[in-house]
Amino acid sequence: MTSKTVLAAPARRREAALRLRSARLSYGERVLWDGLDLDIRPGEFLAVLGPNGSGKTSLMRVLLGQQQLSSGSAEVVGHPAGKANHRIGYIPQQRALDSQLVLRGRDLVGLGLDGHRWGLGLRGRAERRRRVDRVLAEVGATEYADQPVGLLSGGEQQRLRVAQALVGDPELLLCDEPLLSLDLANQRVVSELIDARRRSAGTAVLFVTHEINPVLPLVDRVLYLVDGRFQIGSPDEVMTSENLTRLYRTPVDVLRVRGQIVVVGAQNSAHHLPEGS
Amino acid sequence: MGQYLSGTLELLGYDFVQTALIAAAVLGLVAGVLGPLIVTRNMAFSVHGTSELAFTGGAAALLAGFNIGYGSLVGAIAAAVVLGLLTRKTSEHDSVIGAVLSFGLGLGVLLLSFYGGNSTNKFGLLIGQIVGVDSTSLVLLTSSAIAVLVVLAVIYRPLLFASVDGEVAAARGVPIRLLSPVFAVLVGVVTALGVQTVGSLLVLSLMITPAAAACRVTASPLLATVLSVVFAEVAVLGGIVLSLEPGKPVSAFVTALSFLIYLVCRAVGAVRQRRIGSRRPSAVAVA
Repeated sequence: MTSKTVLAAPARRREAALRLRSARLSYGERVLWDGLDLDIRPGEFLAVLGPNGSGKTSLMRVLLGQQQLSSGSAEVVGHPAGKANHRIGYIPQQRALDSQLVLRGRDLVGLGLDGHRWGLGLRGRAERRRRVDRVLAEVGATEYADQPVGLLSGGEQQRLRVAQALVGDPELLLCDEPLLSLDLANQRVVSELIDARRRSAGTAVLFVTHEINPVLPLVDRVLYLVDGRFQIGSPDEVMTSENLTRLYRTPVDVLRVRGQIVVVGAQNSAHHLPEGS
Repeated sequence: MGQYLSGTLELLGYDFVQTALIAAAVLGLVAGVLGPLIVTRNMAFSVHGTSELAFTGGAAALLAGFNIGYGSLVGAIAAAVVLGLLTRKTSEHDSVIGAVLSFGLGLGVLLLSFYGGNSTNKFGLLIGQIVGVDSTSLVLLTSSAIAVLVVLAVIYRPLLFASVDGEVAAARGVPIRLLSPVFAVLVGVVTALGVQTVGSLLVLSLMITPAAAACRVTASPLLATVLSVVFAEVAVLGGIVLSLEPGKPVSAFVTALSFLIYLVCRAVGAVRQRRIGSRRPSAVAVA
């Protein structure tokens, strides 16, 4: 998808990068989802779709160990969720960094490599620099790597976010609306960088989004969450009028227009609204 | 001028002046190292609040006849723990500090009013008495400073990560909720050390101003730390030396020097930002 050289990460066991079994999350009476079974294979690209409040962000928090399941189990790279976060790459929503922040692009990326480690990390500085330089080149951010991050554009900051998530050679990439507030060109750049890595290194990708179209060609499977109901399958299987009508319990039409998917009639449809939470 | 120089040189020969300079150098080092993290974490007001409570602890120690240093250390750490416990929600942060520090300051004033001894000691708590640092205080100061630097060295990378990029740090498994109170205690300890030297009212001039100046001229966390230490040392050592001959309060010179450095760095920073901006017009327009 991209002409940039993407260096392969170490060979991996072919176990599931993520495994949910009978997962249930509820707040009091309100059930976000129940009976959720999900495996993501290495190298698989799974998009998580659904309206606001359907539990997309909560799912992310569960996988990071920041939220306990009400019942069931969540395993990430073979460990209970929250026990192996250093093997996860995390790409947050693009939000403007403080223009005065004392941090250069390469520092942001470097923290993604060893920011979770104790100590000063004085040994291995040359190796650290080599790895940071390599990933900066991979995402095309070398030119502005020494600039204050707060002075970079949203697209540039988000490329650095991708580099930050990739530099530790993660087995699973968790992406929380990483394309939000990016223009179309940058949406394509960022999603292609993520796609290139999962193809070359077998990194599994869980991609939370309210808008499937920018990543539609990349998606292997979709997890569609609505009001405690959900469906998992390929985009062609899930994104049909019949399915979404069942999930939303209201008439919904799914139209295909010039290779894009347009969803009409979904209440609180998040396909055209920015995620509020 | 000649008289100023010879008077200064003569005073530099005294033991108590040399002790003061060593104490100041130690303080400048730790304050300078912590400063950029304090600035990044928007904790300037928190430092101010902590220093008021170090003053309260110092006043209590003075009244009870203990070493003021221990009193202010206890006060500052108690303040750090209290502020850390009360401020779970960031939006509440400033108002909690305001409520706690005004009470602490009032309590300190009350305690001082009961103290019948030397009034220089009272005044010293507010504006500093570095020339009065004795060897016991110097040992306390140095050992506290070493402890702070050791702890900071252990937690530095996760703390920096949590400070500049909390969401991703949390996702990568950095224990953010644990680091905040630990750092608050480190800040409390250094604040207490500062209270003895430049006084509680002026502690910001060593812990905040040099770091704020450094942060204007570089975006490298490492370089910012180095510059912050250099600026803090110049301000505190230079301030003491300049104050010797006139015999005026040290803190006036220290704050003036650090503020001057700050102004220069703001000017340099403005030029630097414009230069980066002109190279990258599109980026700045968005930022």
